[in-house]
Amino acid sequence: MSEPLLDVRDLRTEFKTDDGIVKAVDGVSFKVEPGQVLGIVGESGSGKSVTCLTVMGLNDSKFATSTGEVLFRGEDLLKASSSRLRTIRGDEIAMIFQDPMTSLNPVHKIGRQLAEAVVLHNDVSNKQAYARALELLKAVGIPRAERRIDDYPHQFSGGMRQRVMIAMALINNPDLIIADEPTTALDVTTQAQILALLKRIQDDFGSAVIMITHDLGVVAETADDVIVMYAARIVERGPVRSIFNEPRHPYTWGLMGSLPRLDTDLERLYQIPGQPPSLLNPPSGCRFHPRCAFAMPICRQQDPRLMAVGSDTLHEQACHLDEATKAREAAKLVAMFTAGASSS
Amino acid sequence: MLRYLIRRLLWACVLFIAVTFVTYAIFFLVPANPARLAAGQSATPERVEEVKHFLGLDRPFYVQYAKFLKRLVIEGSLGQSFVTRRSVNEEILRAAPITASLVFGAMIMVLSIAIPLGIFSALRPRSLLDRTAMIYVLIGISLPSFWIGLVLSYVVGYKLGWTPIAGYCEVFSVPEAAACGGLWDWAYHMILPCLTLAIVVAGTYVRFVRAEVMDTLSMDFVRTARAKGAPEHRVIRKHVLRNAMLPVVTMVGMDIGLLLGGAIFIEAVFGLPGLGGTALESIGRFDLPVLQGVVIFGAIAIIIFSLVVDILYAWIDPRIRLT
Repeated sequence: MSEPLLDVRDLRTEFKTDDGIVKAVDGVSFKVEPGQVLGIVGESGSGKSVTCLTVMGLNDSKFATSTGEVLFRGEDLLKASSSRLRTIRGDEIAMIFQDPMTSLNPVHKIGRQLAEAVVLHNDVSNKQAYARALELLKAVGIPRAERRIDDYPHQFSGGMRQRVMIAMALINNPDLIIADEPTTALDVTTQAQILALLKRIQDDFGSAVIMITHDLGVVAETADDVIVMYAARIVERGPVRSIFNEPRHPYTWGLMGSLPRLDTDLERLYQIPGQPPSLLNPPSGCRFHPRCAFAMPICRQQDPRLMAVGSDTLHEQACHLDEATKAREAAKLVAMFTAGASSS
Repeated sequence: MLRYLIRRLLWACVLFIAVTFVTYAIFFLVPANPARLAAGQSATPERVEEVKHFLGLDRPFYVQYAKFLKRLVIEGSLGQSFVTRRSVNEEILRAAPITASLVFGAMIMVLSIAIPLGIFSALRPRSLLDRTAMIYVLIGISLPSFWIGLVLSYVVGYKLGWTPIAGYCEVFSVPEAAACGGLWDWAYHMILPCLTLAIVVAGTYVRFVRAEVMDTLSMDFVRTARAKGAPEHRVIRKHVLRNAMLPVVTMVGMDIGLLLGGAIFIEAVFGLPGLGGTALESIGRFDLPVLQGVVIFGAIAIIIFSLVVDILYAWIDPRIRLT
C-alpha cells in the first residue's frame, strides 16, 4: 500500500444559497486504501453525502465551489476537466444512491440502463454490453435475470432495484464504490440482504468502498475504518474496533446510545438533544457544544483539533474533554452494551 | 396493453354518450320553441305544430334523444340545417379540413418553437436567452389572438406583401370558379393564420416545456446517469427529454381537440370558412342543428385525441401499461 487509492486533503465545499454561504464540508481529510471499506457516519446534513458528491464531481457547479485536494491515484479530481471526470465516473469510481425507487430511469428497460454504463466506457457492441449486464444481474442475485433484463424499473421491488443499482455500479469493475446510504430507503429484512450482498461483492470484486450512513450498525457490519462527521467536520475517526470499543467523542457516544438493540434491556433509546446546527452560521468553538452534555467553557471558544487517542495513531478525535473522563464515559457505554449482550 | 386499450375505448364511449346528451339537452331543450325557429319567422301556429310533429318535438325528451343518438350512431348523421336544408355533415366535412389545416399547421409550428426554446431556457435558467424567452411568453399569453392576427395580416400581408391578407384555397377538388387552388396556394394562404395561432399557443408551451425539463433535471435518475459518466448532451437526450415530454404529449392532444372545435377569432380575421366561421354564422341565423353539429364534432375530436394521447402515453411511459 504505497499510495492510497483516494486521498482527500482539507476538502471544503461551499454552496451559495439565497440566505448566504453554506459550508457543507469544512476541512475534511481522509484516505481510502485499495480494497478498504470506509464508513462515514453522521446525521443528515453533516456533510457526508456532499463530501462524496464532491469526490464524484457531481455537485452543481453553478452553486458549489470546492477547495482542497481530492487525489485519486495521485490525480487531483477537483482540477480535472469535466471530460476527464466523465471517464472516471462510472468506470473507476462508481456510486450507489440512497433511493432505488427514483434512481433508475422509469422509461428505459433496466438492461438498457446497465448496458449504457458499459458502452460509455468500453469499446464494445451493444450485444456484448447486454451480456455483461446479464452477468452482473446474476451476480447481484436477480432471479430469472434473463427475463428480468427486459423489464422496466417499476416492475422491480425496492430491494431488487437496489440490486440493479449495485450491478450498475459494479459493471465496469470500479476501484472505488461510493455507497450513499444504500440501505436507508429499504425495509429491514431487505437491508440485511443488501448489506450481505455488498459485503460479498466487495470480497469478490475487491473494490474499495466508501459507505455513507447514519446507522452505526451498518458500519459495524461492513466497515474497516470509520469517520464520524458532525456539522461539516470530522469529529472522530479510527478503525471500527477502536470506535466501538473506545469511542472518545461525546457525539459518537450519542450515536451509539441511539442504536436500537434487541439484546439490551435499556428502558428507552438515548437521544442527542436538539437539532444539528445550521451550517449557514455554525456555533463557535466546538460545533457540538450546544448539544453536548459535557460542554465546558473552553468548548464555546476554542475549536478542538483532531488528535490521536493516546498512543493509537490511527484513532483520532476532536474534543476538549480530559482523557480520564472520556475513558470513564466510554467504558460506561461499552459496559452497558456488553452487559446487555451477556444478559440475553 | 390490450386491457388498457379496451378500457380506454369503453371510457371514450361513455364520454361520447355524456357529451351528446348534454349538447342535445342544451340545444333542443333550452330554447323556448325550436319548432318555431325551424318553421321560420312568418309561420302560422298550425305550421309550427306541424313542424313540431315532423321534428318529433312533441315526443318525450328521452325518445327524442334516443332518436337523435340512433341517427347519429347508425347513420352518422347530424341532421339538417334549419336554414339551408343541407345536411349538417356536409357543412362540417367542408369546414373541418380548413380548421384542421390551421390547427395542425399551428401545432407543428408551436412544437418546433417551444421544444427547443423550452429546453434551452431550462438548461440555462436566468440566462439572456431564458429571460428573452420569458418576455416572449408573456407577450404570447397576454396579446389577444385577433390582434396578433390583424397586425400580422397588415404588416406581412399588406405592407410587405409576402403572404395573402386573407382567404383560403382548396388543395383537392378545386371549384371551377375558384381563383386559386392546389397544394402551394393552400400552404401560401395558411401560413399566416397558422403562425398567428402558433404565436398565441407557443407561449404557454415554452413555459410548460421549460418547467418539465427543469423538473426532470432534478430527478435522481438524472444524477445516476451522470454518475455513470454519461456526457451532458446524452443525459439530456436519453434521460431527461423522454420523461419531460410525457406531460407535453398530453397537452398537445388536449389542445388539438380543443382548437378543432374552432379557432373562431383567427378564422374570422383571415376569412377562413372553417368550423369557427360556420359556428359563428349558425349562431347568427339560429341554425341550431349546424351549431350543435359543430359542438358535437368538436367534442368527438377531443375524445378521439384524448384516446390517441392515452395510447401514445402508454407507448412512451411503460408504467402506464400496467395500470
